[in-house]
Amino acid sequence: MELRKENKALKTILIIISFLFLGIFLILPLIYILVTAFRYGISEYINAVTDEYAIKAALLTLEATLFAVVINTLFGIAAAWLITKYAFKGKKLLSTFIDLPVTVSPIIAGLIYVLTFGRQSFLYPILDSYGIQIIFAVPGIVLATIFVTFPFISRELIPVLTAQGSDEEEAAALMGAGTFHIFKKVTFPHIKWALLYGVVLCTARAMGEFGAVSVLSGHLRGKTNTLPLYIELLYQGYDFTGAFAASSILVVLAIVVLILRLVIEKKGKKELDLNK
Amino acid sequence: MKKRKSVIPGFGISLGITITILSIVVLIPLCSLVVFSAKLSFSEFVYTVTRPRVLSGYFVSISTAFIASLINVVMGLILAFVLVRYDFKGKKFIDGIIELPFALPTAVAGISLTHLTTTNGWVGSILYKLFGVKIAYTRIGITIALIFIGIPFVVRSVQPVLEKIDIQYEEAAFILGANSRTTFFKVIFPEILPAIISGFTLAFARSIGEYGSVVFIAGNTPYETEIAPLLIMSELQEYDYSAATSIALVMLAIAVVILSVNAIVQSIVSRRVNGLA
Repeated sequence: MELRKENKALKTILIIISFLFLGIFLILPLIYILVTAFRYGISEYINAVTDEYAIKAALLTLEATLFAVVINTLFGIAAAWLITKYAFKGKKLLSTFIDLPVTVSPIIAGLIYVLTFGRQSFLYPILDSYGIQIIFAVPGIVLATIFVTFPFISRELIPVLTAQGSDEEEAAALMGAGTFHIFKKVTFPHIKWALLYGVVLCTARAMGEFGAVSVLSGHLRGKTNTLPLYIELLYQGYDFTGAFAASSILVVLAIVVLILRLVIEKKGKKELDLNK
Repeated sequence: MKKRKSVIPGFGISLGITITILSIVVLIPLCSLVVFSAKLSFSEFVYTVTRPRVLSGYFVSISTAFIASLINVVMGLILAFVLVRYDFKGKKFIDGIIELPFALPTAVAGISLTHLTTTNGWVGSILYKLFGVKIAYTRIGITIALIFIGIPFVVRSVQPVLEKIDIQYEEAAFILGANSRTTFFKVIFPEILPAIISGFTLAFARSIGEYGSVVFIAGNTPYETEIAPLLIMSELQEYDYSAATSIALVMLAIAVVILSVNAIVQSIVSRRVNGLA
């Protein structure tokens, strides 16, 4: 087509710019992490990633991520169902509150939990009398992680449920099916790929949260240090090999997330085409 | 206005779960912020947020975020255009890698970008020798980190809109004698402008509050490369919750303004598209 021919030079230039930009800004940092992690050889790398505190940090990150995924999945399904299946007052306000956590700076997210559960809060004596410590302890880290990933799953589900409409659920309800039965048999098959996609995004963000967790962590090595905080600690102690070795774990996970994302998107699309 | 009641059961339970979790995670903490803010004395608040060091923090955060988001608009537009309109080897790869800043922990990106751009780093040493430009520990470094963070926002806003534009309009413009530049600026650009603005505001809002990727590369010199989120962090470490909250309130206000401007722009545009204005 003539339109395309005319732009051939432009096409080449734009593609080269794209590759250069992504190469320098995204791929070079990745390569740098891997190269630095392995610069003193494999045994040094293995030493760094099997360090007692590195493993403890990784386990805490895993714990916080697991909590975030479970709570946000439960919330995401309930909220998406509520917003797309029923008409009620305050729906817009509800959506605004759900989306709020991602627009707030992570440091401010940490701050509001400090204000809620810290020593100056009226909740503090109550929690303290039960021996519950939230900030500068693991529960604070978990809460912060849930907060920063809060809308990730509902935001994936709402567009799918909106596009699908409520006819099928209404038919099922009129035929006498109960809530969980309708959800399991009618709704879930439609949203399973979107849900999985949301879980992947939530996992990725939860693993890597730094700012909010940094505010709420007591920075105790082996106790309240997540993997990103542990990396910061090593980096500030000029243990660059250790810092980049620990980073490489998160780099690999990030790449897994990106690949999963492409696979899920493809599967979801295929299924959508089949349904049509 | 009476609304039709839904026949689908489960309103109670989904409302219950939603409100319970929302309250614990968002509403109660937000209330405590409001309650705590109400207790601040106004003169103290004004004093805290107008200290030169705090004003400079706001300026550094806003200016670097603004420049980074502008650069991201240009680069994001090119990337989205290339992804939608051209076929070439490695396209799938580009499409996948664009989400990297979402998937890679910010602190990891931060330390890597810092090491690359110091005066003896892979990239920094070349630029320093050739142009005498320092990147790490300057505002340029902060901008670089924010470009990294913000790029997916613009691409992912523009890409779907660009995909929907019917190529017929461009063909019509071409047949009517428009050259490719005119076609782009008169036919395509107006269509994707709302998406560009929305991508810009999302990237801008995110960049102003960004912490993890910036603290390492910034160097955090007061009045030079100290960002506003770091100031909140320092106040928190000194247990000065009043000062931390005051600085945070101004940042929240800035975020609200940015997001409202976007909301207003989007509503004007959608009214125009629907022929209402």
